Amino acid sequence: MILRHYYLIRGSWPRILELIYWPTLQMTLWGFITVFFESHSSWVAQAAGILVSAVLLWDVMFRGQISLFLSFIEEIWSRNLGHLFVSPLRPGELIVALLLVSLVRTLIGVGGAAILAILLFDVSIFTLGVPLAAFFTNLIVMGWSLGLIVSALVLRFGQGAESLGWAAIFLVQPISGVFYPISVLPSWLQPVAAAMPSSHIFEGMRAILIDEVFRVDLLTNAVGLNLVFVVISIVIFFSVLRYARIHGQLLQLGE
Amino acid sequence: MSKKILTVSNLSKRFGNVVAVDGVSFDIAPGSTVGLLGGNGAGKTTTLGMLLGLLLPTSGLIEIFGEDMARNRHRVLPWMNFSSPYVDLPHRLTVRENLIIYGHLYGLSQVANRVKTLAIDFDLSDILGRPAGKLSAGQKTRVALAKALLNEPRLLLLDEPTASMDPDTADTIRGYLENYQRRTDATILLASHNMSEVERLCDHVLVLKAGQIVDRGSPSKLIARFGRRTLEEVFLDIVRGQISNA
Repeated sequence: MILRHYYLIRGSWPRILELIYWPTLQMTLWGFITVFFESHSSWVAQAAGILVSAVLLWDVMFRGQISLFLSFIEEIWSRNLGHLFVSPLRPGELIVALLLVSLVRTLIGVGGAAILAILLFDVSIFTLGVPLAAFFTNLIVMGWSLGLIVSALVLRFGQGAESLGWAAIFLVQPISGVFYPISVLPSWLQPVAAAMPSSHIFEGMRAILIDEVFRVDLLTNAVGLNLVFVVISIVIFFSVLRYARIHGQLLQLGE
Repeated sequence: MSKKILTVSNLSKRFGNVVAVDGVSFDIAPGSTVGLLGGNGAGKTTTLGMLLGLLLPTSGLIEIFGEDMARNRHRVLPWMNFSSPYVDLPHRLTVRENLIIYGHLYGLSQVANRVKTLAIDFDLSDILGRPAGKLSAGQKTRVALAKALLNEPRLLLLDEPTASMDPDTADTIRGYLENYQRRTDATILLASHNMSEVERLCDHVLVLKAGQIVDRGSPSKLIARFGRRTLEEVFLDIVRGQISNA
């Protein structure tokens, strides 16, 4: 399955370009905003590169989710699910392949943008040090959970639900505290934000960049919540897969 | 343990209030070729979908190679394969890439050699580098058949195996399937609307109507029982309501 997506990407220059296009564009945009804010905002000036780091980390989650979703929906677009599910490939193996493809795509996309951030803005996300690995892992795992859920929704409701795959993650962004602490949210929304693994990661990122403190408690929260997200997403995916086998979706979905 | 390759007992499938397959029972002996006949909506594709595990039956039992498909389908899937004009291969990948990927999914050790052999057998050599989505309908059907034979399956399920093929190509493909069946002693279940194809390939026929098996037997016996000259005439008698005693 990994080979299948390698062939797909290798044979399409727009897909190769797309791997790095959006992360680079986002990073560049927020880089220039940072340059402007640094001379007008004491908060941003305190921690140079906080917005660029935030956007790069956000892109880890976004790339993780969208890469998994796109890889899955490729099978629906090409009406290939029927062949896949009568091959010896098990659904769990399909998911692992999707995760690995997503990981590679995310590393290429965000890694490229992170290097450009150093060259263009002298901002290195790698200054986060060892915690960066923990942040990356948690964010991509949350992205994968969301990707599995939206993939399941398309399997369940058909391609009419495809736009959900693009939109779902932006529903999470405002309550993830990517660019601001979740304390600025309305009090009723803060518990919702606290239930997102991503909000703990971005709080943790700010703690390092502003206060120069690594908050183990925030990381522990993120890991615990991610475990819940992973279990829920797997349960949803397999439940929908069963639904699809009852209602014939594996034979019918396609372009 | 049954010596039958495939045993189906009281198989039913409902979609809401619609009964697509209604209490179907049959079995298939090793090395035989069985035709699944029926008009549109008779339940052929639904039956094949259940045999493959793409659809869960509402009730009933399917055993393939003695394994319960509801519980152990992954034990038998490496020994099966199928082709259908209604299920595509990834459009943007070339024919070669598609066959290589499925070769790996079926655990073949010599994938490149197998692809090369099948490309010759199915006259695909000139289109191996072409994206699957840009093939003609007949070419797609040949590629789907090549994919279905990658693992040299012991049980081959075919849904309209010569759909969209010109008569010459269709005849070649039928010959190939006959040779394959003789060479490997594989079992073939095929759904087709082409009665001459069924007459030529099948040694047993199941006729479905409204989700039920309404007749069965060898093509020659069915023709004799209905007093007709061809299986097509028998088929027309059955689907138009002049049913004999099965």
